[in-house]
Amino acid sequence: MRVRKPRHSDSPPTVAGNGLLDRRALLGRGIALAGAVGTSLTSAAAEPLTNGPWSMAPGVPVPPYGQPSKFEKKVVRTLSNPNLEPRGSAARTPHHLLNGTITPNGLHFVIARGGETNVDPDQHRFVIHGLVKQPMVYTLDALHRYPMVSRITFLECGGNSAPLYSKEPIQASVQAIHGLSSCAEWSGVLLSTLLEEVGVDPKAKWLIAEGADLPTMNRSIPIAKAMDDAMIALYQNGEALNPSNGYPMRLLLPGYEGNMNVKWLRRIKLVESPVMAINETKQYTILLPSGKAWQFYFPQEVKSFITQPSPGLNMAGPGFYEISGIAYSGNGRISKVDVSADGGKSWAPAALQEPVLSKAFTRFRMPWSWDGRPVILQSRATDEAGNVQPTRDALIAERGPPRGTPNVAAFTMEHFNAITSWGVDDKGEVSHVYA
Amino acid sequence: MSTLEKVVHVKFCAAIAVIFGLSAANAADGPHFGQPISAADLAPWDISVGPDGVGLPPGSGTPAQGAVVYADHGCAACHGDNGTGGPGGPLVGGGPLNATDRTPEKLIGNYWPYATTIFDFVRRAMPWQQPKTLTNDESYAVTAYILALNKIIGENDVMNAETLPKVQMPNRDGFVSRYPDKH
Repeated sequence: MRVRKPRHSDSPPTVAGNGLLDRRALLGRGIALAGAVGTSLTSAAAEPLTNGPWSMAPGVPVPPYGQPSKFEKKVVRTLSNPNLEPRGSAARTPHHLLNGTITPNGLHFVIARGGETNVDPDQHRFVIHGLVKQPMVYTLDALHRYPMVSRITFLECGGNSAPLYSKEPIQASVQAIHGLSSCAEWSGVLLSTLLEEVGVDPKAKWLIAEGADLPTMNRSIPIAKAMDDAMIALYQNGEALNPSNGYPMRLLLPGYEGNMNVKWLRRIKLVESPVMAINETKQYTILLPSGKAWQFYFPQEVKSFITQPSPGLNMAGPGFYEISGIAYSGNGRISKVDVSADGGKSWAPAALQEPVLSKAFTRFRMPWSWDGRPVILQSRATDEAGNVQPTRDALIAERGPPRGTPNVAAFTMEHFNAITSWGVDDKGEVSHVYA
Repeated sequence: MSTLEKVVHVKFCAAIAVIFGLSAANAADGPHFGQPISAADLAPWDISVGPDGVGLPPGSGTPAQGAVVYADHGCAACHGDNGTGGPGGPLVGGGPLNATDRTPEKLIGNYWPYATTIFDFVRRAMPWQQPKTLTNDESYAVTAYILALNKIIGENDVMNAETLPKVQMPNRDGFVSRYPDKH
């Protein structure tokens, strides 16, 4: 047996500026992280170990429905309308306090125009009518008898990331900037199964989906999407939908703008042309510098952002860090995420956590040896269709310059998927910057 | 649906067909657990109103009648006196959409392409505390009031199923569809 002598090349090489390391160091492919950071062995010795009180007494009865640890109270959504004033409510996902790719149901983002709607499942009815052979009503029990499918997919509000469309970089957390995006496993009945059953008139090119909530929220959806991968979702991460996310049933249109995924779904009407609802003529339209506006902009384009480190998660001195974040595209799978630590001058590919699923969150990870000097961190995602996440400058050239620095919760732009930049100063403090 | 999902789905339906001894043509009809419903019985929910006016109900209203509805239902609490603004946003005003000095507000008078959308939204969603309680006459009247505040119709114009779709909104041609060409 031959003992292999450690060679210099076994420690991870620097692959891009300011200390980004080879992603293979995270994948167990013969490159060790040890040796990457010379200072790692200089820490003070640990304190002697003792038994905590939880090791010396019984715990508490196991609860029927488990809640997060009482030590995790800060891991919550931020609320735009906690007292339910007569306007919409937004609840944002705390990406910087989570890991992996699945958003817990209680932390999934919410936009609700009439508060959280509580529908009695026994009284709820779902009707399909319009240009069909036979209008049909379905109870929740009836839907449960159909063959179901499950898929993991992200949902994102069309107005997510709007704070990037500001003259000055708004100082806020990744939760405040990108928190209107979440990912879950959804289970339910394919809409195509029901549409085939009611018999769609070939004249029908669109359908109107409508909720049972206060504003009877409605949107027009192309029939092609309805017959492709649309689902009447009944389950979210294995349990019945959360009330904020449409209990007992919602429309799920993988990859499409969140607002179209109508919650508390009660009606689908097959029609020849769009109904021109308020949420497709005023909201969710993109005003361009010419004065014209884009309408029916459905897919959520390729996007990524770094969740760790990010503003509020300050760094504890030079040494090894894992840069981690989320990437997704409404057009398919993520094929690549590049990370830069020098404001976009040099890039290196991050490791993509398996499984990489179509129209789902993909977690990326990048090993990094920080030398303590100021850096600018960025991520740039590419999807399998070849779409590359644009720079902020490129999107602003298309949309026109922002006219001011709005409130962080304002929706001054839609479908803004630009690269986000986090600045790290020499004290390890992380801020939102433009680069 | 992915190709694989489609294959699985087709196979599932084929299996059902074998179990129940159905022909392939019948199997495509599915399990059939819905209940048929007549147009009359679903009418209370069929509130869709298209830009061509299809779906508009009988009834009518004038700006003067709408001012009374606006006052009686406390609309000013959210939208201000004469629609000048509040927590629910203004119903009048709105500058040029290509302004370079400030973010243009997307308001009814300068942005909304169809007058039918006003009636539709009022009827389904307003007032916020008691949606779906206005009569069709009241919804037409509030719509007429808002259109008159914006000087899009005259003070004495009557809004009904015939006149409302004919109202020409200033920004009618302001939109470019991203579907299906750019997706």
